[in-house]
Amino acid sequence: MNEMMHVSSNPHTRSRMSTSRIMFFVIIALLPASGFGIWNFGYRAAVLIAVCIASCVASEFIYEKLMKLPVTIDDLSAVVTGLLLALNLPPTLPWWMAVLGSVFAIIIVKMLFGGIGQNFMNPALGGRCFLMICFTAKMTNFTYDGVTQATPLALIRDGASVELFKMIVGTIPGTIGETSTIAILAGAILLIVMGIIDMRIPGSYLLSFILFMGIFSDRGFDINYLAAQLCGGGLMLGAFFMATDYTTSPITDKGKYIYGIIMGFLTFIFRSFSSAAEGVSYAIIISNLLVPLIERVTVPKCFGKGGES
Amino acid sequence: MNKNFKPFINGIVTENPTFVLMLGMCPTLAVTTSAVNGLGMGLTTTAVLVLSNMVISLLRKLIPDSVRIPAFIVIIASFVTIVEMLLEAYLPSLYDSLGIYIPLIVVNCIILGRAEAFASKNNLIASFFDGLGMGLGFTLGLTSIGIVRELLGNGEIFEIAVMPKGYQPLTIFILAPGAFMVLAFLVALLNKLREKKGKPPIEIGSCSGENCSSCMMDCCESKNIRQTPKAKIKAKKVKKVKAVKAEEEEVKDE
Repeated sequence: MNEMMHVSSNPHTRSRMSTSRIMFFVIIALLPASGFGIWNFGYRAAVLIAVCIASCVASEFIYEKLMKLPVTIDDLSAVVTGLLLALNLPPTLPWWMAVLGSVFAIIIVKMLFGGIGQNFMNPALGGRCFLMICFTAKMTNFTYDGVTQATPLALIRDGASVELFKMIVGTIPGTIGETSTIAILAGAILLIVMGIIDMRIPGSYLLSFILFMGIFSDRGFDINYLAAQLCGGGLMLGAFFMATDYTTSPITDKGKYIYGIIMGFLTFIFRSFSSAAEGVSYAIIISNLLVPLIERVTVPKCFGKGGES
Repeated sequence: MNKNFKPFINGIVTENPTFVLMLGMCPTLAVTTSAVNGLGMGLTTTAVLVLSNMVISLLRKLIPDSVRIPAFIVIIASFVTIVEMLLEAYLPSLYDSLGIYIPLIVVNCIILGRAEAFASKNNLIASFFDGLGMGLGFTLGLTSIGIVRELLGNGEIFEIAVMPKGYQPLTIFILAPGAFMVLAFLVALLNKLREKKGKPPIEIGSCSGENCSSCMMDCCESKNIRQTPKAKIKAKKVKKVKAVKAEEEEVKDE
């Protein structure tokens, strides 16, 4: 008998999925949105994307060199952070602000809390909110075709009508990656088919958002209004690419639904009652902070323990 | 070094209330939006701390143990009221910018902590220097946080522009999140410096074994901490239960 008998402890199933592979697929999935952003807003969008990715990777590399830690830039997570951050910036933002946001996202939100897998909130969103608070005027200045315009989301907030078709295709003012619903959905479908993201989080997020909006807003279940709310702003990008970040979302199934519903509720609150038209990033960040609590409440029972005697 | 003078250095350096003891965090985070505010808050607290420490030290033999906390609070509150009125009369701009945080000095845990841990056990002169040292240490902490926040968030230090003209202020440092970040970075910096000197790092809620006189942890068995009446009763009960159990066992043995 030449066959060896292998006796080993678990895990027994192995998968070819590694962090860098997952991150690679996320980058692929983000390509339609980034490509559309570059086509829509011109070369400035391309420059911003490049600057963000480069400064994210560079700051992670420099931090790890300085702190004498193993260098982890080859897992591509810094590239994803940079790309996501860039997609969340308006194309007119000065490049040095983008660098500042990237450094904040990587150093303060990610590395100071222990690097990949340890961050308490989505680094890209942390960087975006940092820029949002520091440079509010620049971050909400949306220039499209050379004219400074209000985003469709701000327009429907004021009661004006918007062209839904343009919002779905994406030829509207906004941040680089959020405008085209189709491009985002194309990437999202790839991730869902590959099994990289779980439909529970975006599904419960979007559904609960529509329900809250339909029940509590003045317009009721007006299909046009609800569709515009769905396609406008960063909701799609946030729901599929930001909220599903592995580190900052719950791992239990029940927890994922709770997490999605909290985000839907908060987004509805921010969009309806805050002074700004957009609220997805703050909603996701606050829900990120609640994740440890959600997980503690939804720990599944061990097999054979608990239950009825 | 003079025995009475030792607490002075202690308060500023080894037991700095902001960076080492982590006491009085509420004013530390809330009012340090500018260096002037930090300095004003620090000096106001110092005045109250010195005066209340002295009076409590003088009255330490008169105040009964069981009502000492209310007695301390009354003394501290009186001084805070006096200082508040003086500020309103002579420094109205500072009074406006500090706002609610002046009356809140009453519940500042540094003041109550020093009254409980130091002034109620030591003589007048030592208490005076302890109050002064702790107060100045607090002022130092608040002012340094205020300087960093004002510099990054406004481009100024003590309302004098120091950054180049094109500087875009990072507004977040004036807001609450900036306070947490600056405090954390300053403590990290201090820890780095302490590490170079070979001292243990500062950790919140941990016992370093050297700050027993001002440690507020209930779990510590150190003799420096007075037992509260409740803890005494609990200890007695435990003793009783143990005695009863021992008796039962004896009976069983027989």
